[in-house]
Amino acid sequence: MNSAIANPRITNSIIVAEGLEKRFDEFRAVDGVSFNVRKGEVFGFLGQNGAGKTTTMKMIQCVSPRTGGRLEVFGMDVDTHQQEIKKLLGVAPQENNLDPDFTVYENLMVYSRYFDIPRDEAKEIIEELLDFFQLSEKRDTLIEKISGGMKRRLMLARALVNKPGLLVLDEPTIGLDPQARHLIWDKIKSMRDKGNTIILTTHYLDEAERLCDRLVIMDHGKILVEGKPDELVREYVGTNVVEAENNPEVKACLQRKDMKYEVVGDRIQIHTNNPHDITSALLEECHLGFITARSATLEDVFLKFAGRKLRE
Amino acid sequence: MAISIISYFKIPKLSYRVWKVWHRNMDVFMKTFKVNFIPPFLEPLLYLFALGFGLGTYIEGIEGISYPRFIAPALIAISIMNSSFFECTYGSYVRMYYQKTFDGIIATPLSIEEVITGEILWGATRSLINTTIMLVVIAFFGLIDLRYSLLVIPLSFLAGLLFASIGMCFTAISPNINSMNYPTFLFITPMFLLSGTFFPLSILPASAQYFAIAFLPLTHVVSITRALTLASPSWFMILNLVWIIIASLVLFVLSINLMKRRLIV
Repeated sequence: MNSAIANPRITNSIIVAEGLEKRFDEFRAVDGVSFNVRKGEVFGFLGQNGAGKTTTMKMIQCVSPRTGGRLEVFGMDVDTHQQEIKKLLGVAPQENNLDPDFTVYENLMVYSRYFDIPRDEAKEIIEELLDFFQLSEKRDTLIEKISGGMKRRLMLARALVNKPGLLVLDEPTIGLDPQARHLIWDKIKSMRDKGNTIILTTHYLDEAERLCDRLVIMDHGKILVEGKPDELVREYVGTNVVEAENNPEVKACLQRKDMKYEVVGDRIQIHTNNPHDITSALLEECHLGFITARSATLEDVFLKFAGRKLRE
Repeated sequence: MAISIISYFKIPKLSYRVWKVWHRNMDVFMKTFKVNFIPPFLEPLLYLFALGFGLGTYIEGIEGISYPRFIAPALIAISIMNSSFFECTYGSYVRMYYQKTFDGIIATPLSIEEVITGEILWGATRSLINTTIMLVVIAFFGLIDLRYSLLVIPLSFLAGLLFASIGMCFTAISPNINSMNYPTFLFITPMFLLSGTFFPLSILPASAQYFAIAFLPLTHVVSITRALTLASPSWFMILNLVWIIIASLVLFVLSINLMKRRLIV
């Protein structure tokens, strides 16, 4: 009866995935994932290589057909409304695919034609984008002559040429030096501040922590956990991590005190909300080689889940 | 089985956007147009001097036609074949595999069907451009009859579609760029020599003639081009034309479906 509520175009969801699946013969690259991306947020997909992040992106971009489940972008089915959806997307894939036959400016101009943007309007948008991404000086340079960081920035600029309603960024800073990464992060943040909806994949946890409003951690095609970065840290790790040397004496001491710990390589980690008490208890009662206490990060959450997986 | 064969001949959905891919390739072409115009200018000169005026001095003439006049239309037909075939094999393969140009384009409202169609239209356009230049050069030597020869220009686009589609089929099934050598040496080179190009088909055994007419596309292109440049139209041209149109349509649809199979995973 009340069709306005049922109509997803009117709700705030940009992407709705339910039981989404991608099978290659027997291999399930994406194995029944469900998530919901809301308007105006930065939504991250974290996971190791081969976790199914890029495959998920490709299904959202309507270039790789799903084999099961439901996937709607802007309230439209990705199988039946490819053209309409793609018109509203800005995509920066993992691998740079700038057109090497053209200059920086021409890349943007040729790309704008694919979206039927009138030439004069395109010129204005391109000037703005070159300025925003600090590429104005390189406008007439061929792609092969610009640096890796500039190529990445140009990829982002190109993704924005059609003023998309959703930005899809697959590993936006892969292979870049720290300065170039920070510049890209700044740009992504200001795109978010302008109200863009962004989905991004990454296997850099600091990147996800900085940029994402919400994220999922994927492994073997499944979503392990979903939430806001700080909430995930608090829920699964606690506020702090105390690290000590991994030796039998420390372990025995911790077991005596009935404390939960995780072994990560040559270290023992104790997840806690109360680092002072634990640190002093350990210092007093155990013989420690070294001990450090630090804030918990998303990396700890990730390793907790990834580590569990490995033990299975 | 029947269903799987039909799936290779699914009619693609296309829109005006195919011309955007064509436009992109045209822009790249125009950036280096001076270099691009050299081959179609030089090629007929070299062949005409070496074969037409060199070797040709020992040949009295074929069916009452001087040897340079006999091979001039064949040179045009060969150029039609080479321009679009190589554009849609090596050229398209580089754009598809090395430059990831197709990946970039299909992230926009264009579909893969439209990208491939744009590539094929561009391949045919290369044939048309090269043919036009060659016609001028060859006309300069007075080897063609201008009354009908201008019709070779639209023909070059049509036949260009045929060879572009053939090339695209090979591009779709080539595991790597080196394997493109097989169609070049096993298909293009024999056609170059045996399609009534440098000697008339009629001196071949009847079975070889039928084979050439049935399976070698260049035979039909040479046949029409020669009829036009010599201003001696015949009913056989209709057969040639029908063959070219049907083969173009079938192979065009096939190439798109093969490409979809390769690129959509």
